[in-house]
Amino acid sequence: MIVNILIGFGIAILGFVLQTSVAGVNRKIIGRLQKRYGPKWYQEFLDIFKLLSKRSISHGWIFDFGVIMALGGIIATAMFMPITNTFVAFAGYDNFFIFVYLLAVGMLGMAMSASGSGNPLASIGVMRALTTMLAYEVPFMIVVLTVIKLSGTSSMIGIGEFQQALGTNWFLIALPLGGIVAVISLMGMLGKKPFETYIAPAEIASGPMVEYGGKQLGMLFIMHEITVFIEVSLFVHIFLGGASNIFIFLIKYFVVYTVVNLISNVNGRFKIDQVVKFYYKWPLIMAVTQAIIAIYFGWVI
Amino acid sequence: MKSTKFTPARKLSKEEIDRKWWEIGDYFRRNSLWMLMYCTGCCAIELPPAMTSAYDMERLGMGPMATPRQADILLISGYLSVKSLRRVIYTYEQMSEPKYVVGLGSCPINGGIYHDSHAVINQLDQYIPVDTYVSGCMPNTESVMNGFVDLMEQIKNKTAKGWIKYKENNEWYKSNQMAALGEVIIHDEFHE
Repeated sequence: MIVNILIGFGIAILGFVLQTSVAGVNRKIIGRLQKRYGPKWYQEFLDIFKLLSKRSISHGWIFDFGVIMALGGIIATAMFMPITNTFVAFAGYDNFFIFVYLLAVGMLGMAMSASGSGNPLASIGVMRALTTMLAYEVPFMIVVLTVIKLSGTSSMIGIGEFQQALGTNWFLIALPLGGIVAVISLMGMLGKKPFETYIAPAEIASGPMVEYGGKQLGMLFIMHEITVFIEVSLFVHIFLGGASNIFIFLIKYFVVYTVVNLISNVNGRFKIDQVVKFYYKWPLIMAVTQAIIAIYFGWVI
Repeated sequence: MKSTKFTPARKLSKEEIDRKWWEIGDYFRRNSLWMLMYCTGCCAIELPPAMTSAYDMERLGMGPMATPRQADILLISGYLSVKSLRRVIYTYEQMSEPKYVVGLGSCPINGGIYHDSHAVINQLDQYIPVDTYVSGCMPNTESVMNGFVDLMEQIKNKTAKGWIKYKENNEWYKSNQMAALGEVIIHDEFHE
């Protein structure tokens, strides 16, 4: 049991280091895309450690406690994440719904803490974040439930092994419409550009993060990196056939994050009502169509 | 003296340990400076080329930030009217320490071309501590970048101590602020 918990912490730390490095490399890639030199690849680490080295103020204990709850909740979620088919801390507990429930703990911790700061922009940001969550969850859930129906299991490793078996494609290819919906939903989850409404630095001054500075902001950055790790790993396991060894996982992870980032950086930003309308229109129609085609007609590539 | 088996290393005192930690922190701080831009003056036009592909501030680890809580540098670009000085002081006091101030252009130094106006302040240094000035009317983008590199050098050499000065000489700064503004407290619906 102790060993499992230690492995779980190891996975969370691996996720933090991996995602922070990948995000740094991506900042460099985006810099080159915009004909800039770009920052150092380890710039994200410097940012986080700088924030942790600064002095910070408090807005009451809810403000501090919420940050710790967010970070703790996200680390607890990351502990369940399988990396490969065999590399998992708690075997048998890699169910998709565990991640759905546990992710909410971190998100709600952050929402509670941001509201505790008393800044009106933070409340607007939290409201927008929850609205966006409501928007992207519905189409994403429909697609994932289709995948669970087809593969007959909701375990992440099970879904991965189903796709690795002979005669089945990755679900990104097997369910083309669903794959597109999943990519769009992933962009919403990661808060990438067209759906970045709840951050909106120029409009609501970075939304929920408006009152954070110093150590709390550093912890929120760590929490954000681990959240991104969880969401991208979910995508890799459910739609890209999981990973039989760690190198395949790293390659798939890097490709998914980079592609999403590249799409994000040529887009503008939606308003919040546009986000909801968009998700409830095309991705929802595509997701339902895909579910009907795949489940009732059995047309799977 | 080199430590050997027979002459063990001297135990570091608390100040020395603090200084070591502070030096490590300084490495991170100078390589990741986030700016809050207070663009009231015309010098702000030099910032877009500094940020975008022409000079690319991000390669030094710098970037714009949305709120004073997140920022390390308060960038005062150009002249500062008495009315906006009130907001600058309020913003500066919100920033989390360590914090640095960069004055852009000749207006924060001595008033520049507005030196005889009744509406602007002439020396920013009288009201909040400034770590780096970039002189010129307006400064070239190269000199803006140079100013930021100078600030990094100052942080490295531990001479960027404006925020400590502000704490130590708080009465002096406050009295100067009072003399210019009448009072520093803001009256609006959030502070009544």
